[in-house]
Amino acid sequence: MNDVRRLKILVADDTDTDRLILESIVRKEGHAVVSACNGLQAVEVYRAERPDIVLLDALMPELDGFGAARKIKELAGDELVPIIFLTSLSDTESLVQCLDAGGDDFLSKPYNRIILQAKIKSFNRMRELHSTMLTQRDQIVQYNNRLLQEQTVAKHVFDNVAHSGCLNANNVRYFLSSLAVFNGDVLVAAQRPSGSMMVLLGDFTGHGLPAAIGAMPLASTFYGMVPKGFSMTDILREINGKLKNILPVGIFCCAVMMDINFRKRKIKIWNGGLPDCFVHHHADGSITAIKSTHLPLGVLSNRAFKDDCEYFDLEKNDRIFVWSDGIHEARNATGEMFGEQRLKQVFANNRNQNRLFDEIIEGVQQFVGGGEKDDDLSLLEIRMDEPERVNAYAKEASDRYGNSDVEWSMRFEVKPTSFKVFDPLPMLLNVLMEVPSLRAFSSTLYTILAELYTNALEHGVLKLDSGLKQTPDGFSEYYRLREERINLVDSGYVRINISHKTNENGGLLRVRIEDSGGGFDYSNRDDNGLTAFGYSGRGIGLVEKLCGGVKYSGRGNIAEVDFSWVSDD
Amino acid sequence: MDHLDYDTLDTLKQVMEDDFNLLIETFRQDSIERLKKLHEVVQGNDADLIRRAAHSFKGSSSNIGAQQLSALCATLEKKALAGNFQGLAEDVQIIEKEFLHVQSLLANYS
Repeated sequence: MNDVRRLKILVADDTDTDRLILESIVRKEGHAVVSACNGLQAVEVYRAERPDIVLLDALMPELDGFGAARKIKELAGDELVPIIFLTSLSDTESLVQCLDAGGDDFLSKPYNRIILQAKIKSFNRMRELHSTMLTQRDQIVQYNNRLLQEQTVAKHVFDNVAHSGCLNANNVRYFLSSLAVFNGDVLVAAQRPSGSMMVLLGDFTGHGLPAAIGAMPLASTFYGMVPKGFSMTDILREINGKLKNILPVGIFCCAVMMDINFRKRKIKIWNGGLPDCFVHHHADGSITAIKSTHLPLGVLSNRAFKDDCEYFDLEKNDRIFVWSDGIHEARNATGEMFGEQRLKQVFANNRNQNRLFDEIIEGVQQFVGGGEKDDDLSLLEIRMDEPERVNAYAKEASDRYGNSDVEWSMRFEVKPTSFKVFDPLPMLLNVLMEVPSLRAFSSTLYTILAELYTNALEHGVLKLDSGLKQTPDGFSEYYRLREERINLVDSGYVRINISHKTNENGGLLRVRIEDSGGGFDYSNRDDNGLTAFGYSGRGIGLVEKLCGGVKYSGRGNIAEVDFSWVSDD
Repeated sequence: MDHLDYDTLDTLKQVMEDDFNLLIETFRQDSIERLKKLHEVVQGNDADLIRRAAHSFKGSSSNIGAQQLSALCATLEKKALAGNFQGLAEDVQIIEKEFLHVQSLLANYS
């Protein structure tokens, strides 16, 4: 039976009998017929009727079948219009001519109904396949266009978040090549209030969108925290925690983070999973490699995360080179990798240090040649220089920080009605955590403040005897009394005085707590035997350890500690 | 070789149905035109014209099942292609005779 849908078929033959026969055969098969008596007419009918299949006599007046076939193929454009030549020609040359003109097949005279039927069927299948293919091709083009358009919008957002920060500083050079619209490598740089520069080069597993997604929280965290003065370790922890939460298992970020202090010519560096960074020494051209000593960001929970950094003193014009493994793993046509040896050779061959950066890029590009790039390739060079030569911000911040220390103090008093309902510790700690250099010591500071305040309140204001706590019964009696007295208290105070001062290497925080109580005799107090006295406990021992001593004054109602720290930034 | 291939003719009749007589009539008139053309071109010396005329007639007669006629046309076509102008007028005479014979056979076919 006829399973081919009704097609429109053009029959072009100048011989009336042949045309009559063909028309009848085609019609019998259930198709519609349009006819032409010569080549020109065939082209005209094709233009007007757009038949699905064309049967063309090879030899016709006006325009022969070959010419007509060419015109029809031209008119059809993308569409597949099978052309079957009707011919009693049998020499190879004529048949080749049919094919050259765009013919798809032949049908010899005398016509055979079965063969013609089979040919129509098979060409219709091919035509439908072709049209499906065209539709799908158009869909793919459409999808691809939409994808690109979406990526362009997303890239715009992405670039706004993961912008290049202060990478335009005079002493920074960088190169980022990307395999897709998005880069699996991320490079961010920003300056701290102190004028030092923080840089992070990250290489996410994978490429393109999935890799770039992780770069967004990384960059926004980085740019959110650096200008506020957070320490590198805090920022690393925050980024690590975010990536660990966000990224699926198996996607992580190999990264190097650096804090470069131009004033002190120091760098602090953390390498988690990227190839060795090089410090290139200006004086003798030697190299110090900085190995990765950590797991990449986003692998460990913050509890297990290690944030210890390495520190280096640099000379002016020493250069730090950081790269993603795209350089080491760049392959040439034979699949060989560039590798660290070749990279070191570039350094060994170098004659002009200002050309090092270019020589690395050129070295890799020459090595790769026409080979296919299979990873993102990133390179960063930072040259140690004086702050005023880095950029205006570094100069300004350096002037500001280099010549003046930050100094402030605050006084805070808790009144009797508040003892029961108000715990001043969180508030005080919040204030202290606004000081960037103190952020790393939050738990230590809490311990110090909590111990001193509790002592002042319980032993000073509430006059509780710590001796009670030495037996289990006394312990509960102590807390019963504490509850009772705190509800009744209507006089007294605890005054907290905190002063803060920075110096070149860190700073000093002095906490002085005074209570309204009767104090205690601290003149006999043994510096080592703390527990021998009433005014004691495990807590105060800890404070002594943390602060190197507690100084009492007044009638024993004033306790003062100095907490000093060395800033590693 | 038979003058007419009746199998082909039977198939045609089946395919053409009511148009069969029209087909035969068309063939008859078409052939007269072609014969006239053949007589004309063999007077001249344009081998290609002769070849084409013979070729067309070969095709249409083969389709109708006139084997002998088709074969005669094929011989003429080959001669023209080879640039052989010997006895062309006689060849056309033979073709015409064969056509007249086919015509009478077709008239008796029902």
